[in-house]
Amino acid sequence: MYDLIVVGGGPAGLAAACKAWEDGVRKVLVLERDKELGGILNQCIHSGFGLQRFKEELTGPEYAGRYIQMLRKTGVEVKLDSMVLQILPGKDGAPHQVHAINGQDGYMVLETKAIVLAMGCRERTRGAISIPGERGSGIFTAGAAQRYLNMEGYMVGRRVVILGSGDIGLIMARRMTLEGAKVLACVELMPYSGGLTRNIVQCLQDFDIPLYLSHTITDIKGHDRVEQVTVSQVGPDRRPVPGTEMVFDCDTVLLSVGLIPENELTRQAGIGMDRRTNGAVVYENMETGIPGIFACGNVVHVHDLVDYVSAESERAGAAAAAYVQGTEAQGPVLELAAGDGVSYTVPQHVRTESLAKPAEVFFRVNRVTQAAEILATDAAGKTIARFKREHMAPGEMERVALPPQLLKLAQGPLTLSIREV
Amino acid sequence: MKELICIVCPKGCHLKVDEENGYAVTGNGCPRGAEYGKNELRNPTRMLTSTVCIEGGIYPRLPVKTSRAIPKGMLFQAMDEIAKVRLTAPVHCGQVLIENLLGTGADLVASRDMAAHK
Repeated sequence: MYDLIVVGGGPAGLAAACKAWEDGVRKVLVLERDKELGGILNQCIHSGFGLQRFKEELTGPEYAGRYIQMLRKTGVEVKLDSMVLQILPGKDGAPHQVHAINGQDGYMVLETKAIVLAMGCRERTRGAISIPGERGSGIFTAGAAQRYLNMEGYMVGRRVVILGSGDIGLIMARRMTLEGAKVLACVELMPYSGGLTRNIVQCLQDFDIPLYLSHTITDIKGHDRVEQVTVSQVGPDRRPVPGTEMVFDCDTVLLSVGLIPENELTRQAGIGMDRRTNGAVVYENMETGIPGIFACGNVVHVHDLVDYVSAESERAGAAAAAYVQGTEAQGPVLELAAGDGVSYTVPQHVRTESLAKPAEVFFRVNRVTQAAEILATDAAGKTIARFKREHMAPGEMERVALPPQLLKLAQGPLTLSIREV
Repeated sequence: MKELICIVCPKGCHLKVDEENGYAVTGNGCPRGAEYGKNELRNPTRMLTSTVCIEGGIYPRLPVKTSRAIPKGMLFQAMDEIAKVRLTAPVHCGQVLIENLLGTGADLVASRDMAAHK
């Protein structure tokens, strides 16, 4: 029997496994479905990773490499090319079961005291946003194109329109341009970009690629291969405005229209989910609603910096280690709620008495603000903490630290909201 | 007068840089913004990352980067040099593939380990 099984060998799984080992857990297994560790970082060849975690600017593969090296110094067991099919939570303290399969071991039923879910996320596709038009080839999600180009060595197209201004789309605009493609436009439905400002500047402006805000693709032509894309302006109701159509002759459409945490295993295990994050509901130590099952990284909520994924996953790894060693977090639960201007919070629940340090709460705002405050208000209407921010945007995750002594006084639920000042 | 958006931090200040008055920067929220605005107009540089062909590894492409930022105007020239590189695994992360790329003082280095694949 294992002490800890980590599902996923990307940045979240690596950090959780390393931390659990460091904290003294010895029978640890990482299950990874790809043929190597590192996850999505291996295709993110651009730099800008690690400024917080390692205090230097690394590329994605370098960042992954650091953690893979760290893992190799431990006795953590790794199974590659291994797909987890099912998780069966143990009842009343019985071990949890992980069902997995690979070419060497066949079908495995593994027992473990604790599990860390670190499956990451996947991309929203054309089907998810219902783009009208023909169904020729040449329509890719930006991340799929990134893997083809950066790892498999295939150029996916020559004349490109990008829908969505998420970071992967912006990064691919630059990457395709450097490799000789012409990126005609980046089209964003919302009136603001979903990506980081530095990516707008370094990936679009550097190469004179126009960004059309409040626009969307309203038609794709091309029976065998994409030939033409129609882009229209949208009104405040996000519906296309007739008469504003622009036509681009292109052979490729890249979609960067959002990421969805990959939680089939989580749902199937009966773990409580949050409709807003599409991830599991978690406590302050990243434990899910089932004792001994933890979750971290993009499977919980989509992060914009891997450095935060590592930090969150180390907390999950530490908590899993504590659980294995017999320390169960208990005590009264304070619920966190998302108020005005806040899309969600992670964690959703805090056990105030198990907090040794301030509770770190992550969230996203749903509008762009300049000078504003973040307010934490309890059910009695008392504001227990406020934080000033000079700038907030939906594309950038926010973080506040709530001290235990304040949380213990709060009457739940505690609502996080923002207010312009 | 040139307008640009500062990328030093997430705030994204809208800078105005006066090329005729010693690159004086206005609109910046902090001193780092002033420095960014000045450098961005006098000598803009960028880190360049790309991939090169490799044989005998787990993948046919190996990610590479410049060891430091190179002049922005030389990015496409540098891409032409990078396209000429042919490697055989194993390669180590940090291994220099082209020394002093186009005289910029930056080396082209591998940005991951790639073992020889059985």
